[in-house]
Amino acid sequence: MTDDMQAVSSPQLAKPRFALDAWTSLAVVTLGPILAAFILCALALIVAGYDPIAYYLYVVERGVFSGQGLQQTLTRMAPLLLHAASLIIAFRAGIWNLGGDGQFLLGAVMAAALAPALITVMPDWITLIVCMLVAMLVGAAWTLIPALLRAYQGVNEIITTLMMTFLGTSFANVLVKLIFLDPGTTVPQTRTLPVGDRLPWLYGTTISSGLLIGLAAVIAVHVIMTRTAFGLRLRVVGANAKAALHAGLAVPLLTVVVFALSGALAGLGGAVDILGVFGNVRADWNPAYALAVVPLVFLARFNGYAAIAFVFFYAVLEIGGESAARRIGVPQHFTLILVATMFILLALAEWLDQRRRAKGKG
Amino acid sequence: MEALLTAAFLTALISGAVTAGVPLLLAGLGEQMSEKAGVLNVGIEGMMLAGAFAGFFVAYSTESIALGFIAGALGGFGVALLMALLCVRLGLNQIVIGIGLTLGFEGITALLHYNLFGRTYPRLPAVETLRLPGLADIPVIGPALFDRPVIVYLAVVLVLAASFAYRRTNLGLYLQAAGDKPAALDVTGIDVTRIRTAAVLTAGTLAGLGGAFLAQVGAGLFVPFMTNGAGFIAIVLAMLARGRPVWVLLGAAIFGACLSLTTALQVAGVNVPTDVIQMIPFAAVMAVLVIFGRNAHLPAALGIPYVRGAR
Repeated sequence: MTDDMQAVSSPQLAKPRFALDAWTSLAVVTLGPILAAFILCALALIVAGYDPIAYYLYVVERGVFSGQGLQQTLTRMAPLLLHAASLIIAFRAGIWNLGGDGQFLLGAVMAAALAPALITVMPDWITLIVCMLVAMLVGAAWTLIPALLRAYQGVNEIITTLMMTFLGTSFANVLVKLIFLDPGTTVPQTRTLPVGDRLPWLYGTTISSGLLIGLAAVIAVHVIMTRTAFGLRLRVVGANAKAALHAGLAVPLLTVVVFALSGALAGLGGAVDILGVFGNVRADWNPAYALAVVPLVFLARFNGYAAIAFVFFYAVLEIGGESAARRIGVPQHFTLILVATMFILLALAEWLDQRRRAKGKG
Repeated sequence: MEALLTAAFLTALISGAVTAGVPLLLAGLGEQMSEKAGVLNVGIEGMMLAGAFAGFFVAYSTESIALGFIAGALGGFGVALLMALLCVRLGLNQIVIGIGLTLGFEGITALLHYNLFGRTYPRLPAVETLRLPGLADIPVIGPALFDRPVIVYLAVVLVLAASFAYRRTNLGLYLQAAGDKPAALDVTGIDVTRIRTAAVLTAGTLAGLGGAFLAQVGAGLFVPFMTNGAGFIAIVLAMLARGRPVWVLLGAAIFGACLSLTTALQVAGVNVPTDVIQMIPFAAVMAVLVIFGRNAHLPAALGIPYVRGAR
């Protein structure tokens, strides 16, 4: 283990907040910049010749208040939450797993390949569980090389995980196009899992039960990282690997374990998205969720509950934006601008807040 | 397969490798400088897209490729200005801002293209080449390497210039110090913020040029999201090169060759999925890391904002 653990700034442990102004501070630091981003982007919409109020109302209505839209939003949250769980565990342990998309896609492809075959010989629920376990294994396996290189050779994991994600994306395509191809279709895609055999919907809705898996994963990760000895070990490794080594922790082993857990959660995300929503993987399909979830997790300061809130908000914008593109004609890409503006303003507000506190203390 | 190994095919292959490699080279050199100075520039993809759109738009409106490249450089510079302001001046999280800028400029360029051109993708005129007398007459490699747009030669000259600057000049030393031990640089009276700002702005300019090259020379048109991960490959190249520009050149050449091979085989009608070939450079690099895996050196203060007087 070498000291490039600190090469990229170590994730900070959550700072204690002042109890009294916690809520005001939360409102100012979170809602303020979100509002500001809406206003800024409204100006951009006016310049582009659209009615911003109609657009925002439609996005919110579709994303939150229409029954079907809300169900889509909650369903979309599932893979995002699993990515969030995957990133929280890695980032808190000081490991920059930026390869979530590759792990996700390979998990998705394996689940998509297995499920239609297994369903013919096994009961539904066993099939679903087996597929999810296999996807987790595949996701974890895909982190093995970066993990070993990081743990025993000190090779920076940003490079290796990024490369593995490019490799994984292409490899997933190879699998879909050459090996798991559905002979019955002209478009290259895997065999489709019938709707009736997919992850069950929640109580009379069309919300995939993947949502529960995602929520459980984020909360479990949060509790493990903040409330257990294992989590404390990982955080010590993340905060200062040298100190952890001196404290007698098996840093290389813990590093490999963190990578495996992180990859498994990302792979599970892929399985949940396939088994719950899509039913098959098409060639060149890559939703690239991980890239969007990374900043969300940072803004949540690696806090699981805050991450859930951010993920919900992001899902609303995505689903609402998709509908608005069809109805109002504002292109889907506008969501990207809105989200980017929000990321930047939220980071800015946090900086202002920290400076204000520092001044208050001095 | 024998038909594939004709001189014309090889020329097209090498030529394609140069075309695909130059954007990676330019962006990789920029990223390298930024990382050397301690700023992990994840926004490089957004800077390339901004450069690609600005370059395309200006070249389309003025019918001047040269102006297009200037606009591309300015486009990348503009995004880098935001990055420098937020991450160097204010010290905000470089990964959040970098991804934010990438997503934002993916959206902005796609939206601008949609608003200005709808669903049409107008083509730019072919780029004029500069024929190096003598060298261009070498069979096979001559037309591929020595009959290219001026910017290709400039990119190679830039590699030499950067190598020289990093090894032989004070500026190179300052850059390295800003990334390895910023406090030490500060003590000698050099402004860390200024050095890092300069590095980020240079990175943006180069990435913008790379993007403009992609649009004007590579594709001859602008398509939303056309960089397609090139910025992230540039990050990988910069990190693998460990501060040496020549290695960025080598890496860009290898990645460019594989991208070119993909297209060439498709044109030749060989039935190999392009994805397999796209995996080759990444698999090769991973193999090298596994076999010779040792500490890939990164600047000690990479990603850490510098705050004067803070401990």
